[in-house]
Amino acid sequence: MFAYIVRRLLYAIPILVGVNLLTFLLFFVVNSPDDMAVSQLGEKYVTPAAIQAWKEKNGYDKPLFVNAQAAGAATLTDTIFFTKSVRLFAFDFGRSESGRDITTDVSTRMWPSLAVALPTFAVGIWVNICVALMVVMFHATRLDRWAVFGFVALMSISYLFYIIGGQYLVAKSWKLVPISGFHGGAQAWKFLLLPVLVGVVAGIGSGARWYRTLFLEEANQDYVRTARAKGASEISILFGHILPNALIPILTGVVVLIPSLFMGSLLIESFFGIPGLGSYMLDAIRSQDFAIVRSMVFIGSILYIVGLILTDISYTWADPRIRLN
Amino acid sequence: MFRSTGNRAPGLRRERQLRSGCLAAVLLGTAALCGCTDKPWNNPHPPPPDERVTYYSVMSPAPPKHLDPAISYASDESLYLMQIYEPPMGYHFLKRPYELQPAALASPPQVTLLDAAGQALPDDALDAAFSRYTLRLRQDLHYQPHPAFARDAGGAPLYLFDSAEAGAKFHQIPDFPRVGDRPVHANDYVYAIKRLADPLNGSPMLGFMSHYIVGMTAFSEQLAALPRDGWLNLDDYPMAGLEVVDAHTLTITIMGRYPQFVYWLAMHFFSPIAPEVDRFYHNPGFADRNLTLDWWPVGSGPYMMVRNDPNSEIVLERNPNYHSDYYPTEGAPGDREAGLLQDAGKPIPFVERAVFSLEKEVLPLWTKFLQGYYDRSGEVHGNTTGVFDQAFVVGPDGVALSDDLADHHITMSPDVKPGIYYYGFNMRDPVVGGYSEDRRKLRRALQIAFDTEEYLNIFYKGNGIAAQNLIPPGIPGHLEGAAGINPYTHDWVDGEAVRQPIEVARQLLAEAGYPNGRDARTGEPLKIFIDVQSQAIGNTSMNWMDRIFSQIGVQVEFRPADWNRTREKLLTGNTQIYSHGWLADYPDPENFLFLLYGPESPLLCECDGANNSNYDNPEYDELFRQVRVLPPGEQRAALVARMVELYRRDAVWMFAYYPKDIYLNNSWVHNTKRHGISKDTLKYLRLDTRERERRQIQWNQPVTWPLYAGAAVLLVTLLPGVLAYRRRQNATARQEHV
Repeated sequence: MFAYIVRRLLYAIPILVGVNLLTFLLFFVVNSPDDMAVSQLGEKYVTPAAIQAWKEKNGYDKPLFVNAQAAGAATLTDTIFFTKSVRLFAFDFGRSESGRDITTDVSTRMWPSLAVALPTFAVGIWVNICVALMVVMFHATRLDRWAVFGFVALMSISYLFYIIGGQYLVAKSWKLVPISGFHGGAQAWKFLLLPVLVGVVAGIGSGARWYRTLFLEEANQDYVRTARAKGASEISILFGHILPNALIPILTGVVVLIPSLFMGSLLIESFFGIPGLGSYMLDAIRSQDFAIVRSMVFIGSILYIVGLILTDISYTWADPRIRLN
Repeated sequence: MFRSTGNRAPGLRRERQLRSGCLAAVLLGTAALCGCTDKPWNNPHPPPPDERVTYYSVMSPAPPKHLDPAISYASDESLYLMQIYEPPMGYHFLKRPYELQPAALASPPQVTLLDAAGQALPDDALDAAFSRYTLRLRQDLHYQPHPAFARDAGGAPLYLFDSAEAGAKFHQIPDFPRVGDRPVHANDYVYAIKRLADPLNGSPMLGFMSHYIVGMTAFSEQLAALPRDGWLNLDDYPMAGLEVVDAHTLTITIMGRYPQFVYWLAMHFFSPIAPEVDRFYHNPGFADRNLTLDWWPVGSGPYMMVRNDPNSEIVLERNPNYHSDYYPTEGAPGDREAGLLQDAGKPIPFVERAVFSLEKEVLPLWTKFLQGYYDRSGEVHGNTTGVFDQAFVVGPDGVALSDDLADHHITMSPDVKPGIYYYGFNMRDPVVGGYSEDRRKLRRALQIAFDTEEYLNIFYKGNGIAAQNLIPPGIPGHLEGAAGINPYTHDWVDGEAVRQPIEVARQLLAEAGYPNGRDARTGEPLKIFIDVQSQAIGNTSMNWMDRIFSQIGVQVEFRPADWNRTREKLLTGNTQIYSHGWLADYPDPENFLFLLYGPESPLLCECDGANNSNYDNPEYDELFRQVRVLPPGEQRAALVARMVELYRRDAVWMFAYYPKDIYLNNSWVHNTKRHGISKDTLKYLRLDTRERERRQIQWNQPVTWPLYAGAAVLLVTLLPGVLAYRRRQNATARQEHV
């Protein structure tokens, strides 16, 4: 397994280079270093000298990919792409365009992201599995049909509707929790209740419907009939037999998400005022802060790759027959 | 017959455990939520650490990017800077038109005009080579407590480190256990101006002020040539135009005459910076933890920053070392009746702590304001546009509060900003540009057709005033009433300005060579091209403009682009009609008239000039040069009036309006008059915190029935399932298959 993991990590290097190149291209197709300077310097008294000074200060006064005026390797290394990208691979994210240290910001903001994403993820999976198993238990009954109808209806509603509806009902009309905001420590729970509730409810439709399909496939297997014939209770059959055997496809979709939980959620964080990494990324895009966008995409890529590796490892735990070679 | 009893006992046990768990969770949750108090559950603010008067407001829609007074140039950043720093001059809180008054100065600056040899000239000399401003500071100016001033027993700075590791345990300013302070010295103002000139800081003022302050360019070039590693003590490098006379007196020498320089002295760029503070923030490794002057300002103003989490909130607390200051005893007409002089002569500030929470979305912001958790609806923006229909009703007397808000005793503070938004013609354009009479008529026809009043009513809910002049209200040169209308587009009828009828526009268009909107020579329809910023315009307003111009047979094509692309077009003159705006730096007509000054054309100066219309009128330019150096008075007013007439005659802009914003205040907030120019008004606010607490409790009693209803629905939903499950578990094999 160790060799497998090492190999996968080595594969990650060209992937990360590619992702970085793509981010760089996409960003600079719509923005030039001059645009970035204007965006950072404001709209008044932005002189060409000030733009040039900003570019020099922030390292954007070089050519993008090829420095024709340089000699030898410097043709490629003395460029914006190289100087900005190489540091990422050393996990040196540098400063944002407005001067803040990105590593400090990321390490500060990942905790609020996790505080929302982790319970949403854990409770969401638990609820989805329980609901799906319950529906499977009543398969081909009226309850099952109505449940499927409900799932499709829940899936069809925009995520924004859940957020705004939740805020309107729970926070504005019923005044049960603050409508938005975040404070750490003992106060945190009251800010997390609503976003977690919204996240869980919004995910039930798609999650439970998918799990139901997986469980139904297992529910018709011989071993289930055997268990039932041996007198096992339905709960024991559902949780003890069907669930473990349906774990592989569930793990495929779920484990890969676990590392990405650090990255937070763009919508939830923005609407609920959670100062996490999701809103960090959104703000960076709005303010054309390439340093943050580049770093966040890089971190996201790494976490996704880690998630894929963890998924593979989790297969061996779920199904001992699987070997990673 | 089989009975599925094999694992029944464990199954039932698990079921019972599950049920008891659910019940316990519901009971615990309810108990936790209910508590035994009438305090609201939805208060988003943590309990304040003490009983001091705390003001709650918003930073919206984004946190500040820069808080270094040499770098920052945005009104939302100015909101914080102007509470923390104290520039030499300030504005009277209540008087209108805006009135300058000394802030950190003991008296207004003394201006001495000098000839090229440095000899004093009479005060009315217009051809002075230099102007020397002598600034005499108050004796009681004192910095806030800060670790940069902390010293050990030997008098050496306590927090200067040789390596990043030595200071690694300090992550925020409150982490430093010891603080110090000291009086403000005249040299601190000199040091601050030198920081503007330091190319490493990238101050937006460098380019502009280099034209005025003697020696600034040379100083900047000198610093640019120096090898830099760590902190550079700017005190070691003199600047020709700056002199420290004594601890409380300094002089600034500028080139020529520039009476508006005194307004710049009221901006945060000229606030004092203590060299030891600059030195402190250059400690190794501090910048890596965002310990910089750009994030932790240090000033001598009424407040100091005690928390800066741009992701969440900024907290200011009263500066214990702030000098004595008092609420004004005079105001503008109507201020006394409005209760704005009730606190006349009382010591300020009234508010002792201010919490600005980040709010990016309107719904949460608005809800918290209505719940009483924000004292005002906004600081830099009123934040009422998105909820206009809920907040206001538009009646015959204009905008009034809706019943809901009136029941809350909320008050309105309308604010006409000292700025102007406009769609300008490119005077170099071959179709709409030029200075011949037929080109003027064409532009006037478009001006009359564009019903600005209707446009503002439809798209801005009346939150704007159609501009008859490029100088907004509250600034000398703006005239109200019949004398203030643009006679080329409006008539004065029954005490109000009335737009000339569309027939006049058609007639003007025909006289311009476009009868019925077609070129008289070629028969081709007249098509105009409008460059708009895509974020600032929607399809509905474009459709409206299309319809408006179709009345005179003119076709319109819009060219939406983001700000960067629009800016490129303006810099290259590649536009026909463009949209733009300007918010004043200071309340002087010169700050608006320069928008049409010829040398400010981007095509002429090859810079980011303000004259995007490329207006080129030698008479206007000459008048502007005179206005720039003349002191306020009748002569200057006459020149300004002539420039406004030229602007109207040449029809340089298609339409313009003065932006208006409505700020809302909860009933317990007093002295809320908006100041269009200055942001240092927090010190005048007064709160009735008992009223606030009472209202918060009254408005925020939780509605608990949904909790019980939810629990009941859950039970009702689960019950059939549980019963069906039990039935299935107890069913016989035969029954199961029937």
